[in-house]
Amino acid sequence: MDHRPQAWGRPRDDVYGPYDASYLHTSMPKTATQSPIVTGTSVIAIKFKDGVVMAADNLASYGSLARFTDVKRLRPFLSTSVVGFGGDVSDMQFLDRHLTELAIDEAYEAEGCSAGDVSSSPSSTSSSDSSPNKNGQLNASNLHKYLTKLMYRRRNSFDPLWNQILVAGFDSASQPFLASVDLRGTAFTSPSLATGYGAMLAQPIMRKYAATEEDAARLTREEAVKVVRECMKVLFYRDARSLDRFSLAVVTKDGVEISEDEVLEEQSWAFAERIRGYGTQTV
Amino acid sequence: MFRNNYDNDSVTFSPQGRIFQVEYAAEAVKQGSVVVGIASKTHVVLVAIKRNAEELSSYQKKLFPIDEHVGIAIAGLTSDARVLSNFMKQQCLGHRLTYGRSMPVRTLVDMIGSKAQINTQHYGKRPYGVGLLVAGVDDHGPHLFEFQPSGMTEEMVAFAIGARSQMARTYLEKHLDKFAECDREELIRHGLRALKESLVQDRELTVDNTSVGIAGAADKAGKVEPFKVYDGQEVAAWIESVADDKEAAPAGGSGEGETMEVDP
Repeated sequence: MDHRPQAWGRPRDDVYGPYDASYLHTSMPKTATQSPIVTGTSVIAIKFKDGVVMAADNLASYGSLARFTDVKRLRPFLSTSVVGFGGDVSDMQFLDRHLTELAIDEAYEAEGCSAGDVSSSPSSTSSSDSSPNKNGQLNASNLHKYLTKLMYRRRNSFDPLWNQILVAGFDSASQPFLASVDLRGTAFTSPSLATGYGAMLAQPIMRKYAATEEDAARLTREEAVKVVRECMKVLFYRDARSLDRFSLAVVTKDGVEISEDEVLEEQSWAFAERIRGYGTQTV
Repeated sequence: MFRNNYDNDSVTFSPQGRIFQVEYAAEAVKQGSVVVGIASKTHVVLVAIKRNAEELSSYQKKLFPIDEHVGIAIAGLTSDARVLSNFMKQQCLGHRLTYGRSMPVRTLVDMIGSKAQINTQHYGKRPYGVGLLVAGVDDHGPHLFEFQPSGMTEEMVAFAIGARSQMARTYLEKHLDKFAECDREELIRHGLRALKESLVQDRELTVDNTSVGIAGAADKAGKVEPFKVYDGQEVAAWIESVADDKEAAPAGGSGEGETMEVDP
């Protein structure tokens, strides 16, 4: 018998030959997602006085091929927040499943608490106002913080989730909340936000209407929706990976409304003829 | 010494369907000095009697802050409570870091419940020999939970655990209906009176042996009173306000308590 402990429990070398450890020494380091494959383009969002409007088109591109034209890139969370995804669609689907799980856990806990409230428990307090945060569930600000940690952790394990995400909803003070997080875990907030091409093309337009929090607090819902529609049109004109069908979400204290088959209207392509190199030209 | 052959570990049932190790752990809770907790619609308080091993020694702490919004009172093995308290502190901190909010009290209590239950179902492990009262505030208001070594957790309006705690519970049951509407000071006085009920003959509440812990739910302005433990001279006015001679003249007694506010 072999007296060396490191040999115990192993197939015997004299019977099976020496252990083949070659699979442990690959010539390359472990690789994970190095580039996105199927991608969604811009997500844009702007705050207004009682909430946030967000929009993203329904296209998933495979390189420059418009591969899927019915992909929903905005999802509600706990019917109090909206999350919009730009970037890799498979990573978006992973996050979508993950957030569904998180929402279910959260809903169960809230159910446990409210069951206590119904009984004679003293905890059914003065929380009578109907603001979305008083139910004790994760609000948009909590969710954004969580996604930031998640994205940053994945980046640090060199396996990033290749997305830029916008989170819209309300913070713990019941104020409209809008924030972004990207594949590196970089997080920031602003009265208006856009990912991808939208950051170049839509952001300046939205800033004209909501440069500061004060400006955003004066915008009405109708104005905000109009600005967002205008931005989606500009993006469709100038972003080659975009589509004229898009989803539009409005978050207010009453909840989340998402319409997933909006169509761009009143397009005018007259400008195209004057621009050399734009579209198909015979000259 | 041994009661029977079925109490050597926590995985063996007795023929009567009991697990003696878990029951012994519950006995350890009854050896600890008494702690009382009460929740109203706005506040939750913990009050406790501290013991000193001998005249010359200091008193063993009974109330521990866990996070901004949660505190615990312990009865039983202090060293086991230390493990649970460290765990709870870490979980609360972790939750704050990942979600940017304070952990819901029920979530926290469920976690220690699961942790303690595992110890009752594995060979070679033993149950925690400590009972806790967990007091905290969250978006649902103030909460008071009881935690037992068996892993059982229950939300309570008012409760007492520890030595002679039955006397305190009797007091709490008698005044049960009043607690919901009590303000901060009334709630503390109810707690101290319940505590007094469970004292042995010729012992009394002093500034040395009494601890009070309070947390307040978000008021109209959304301001939360963080959990804070009061000891020593800070509790003098409250003890004074429930002194026997004060209680005889209730009008004067309660007035005294109001004026001797000790909040810093």
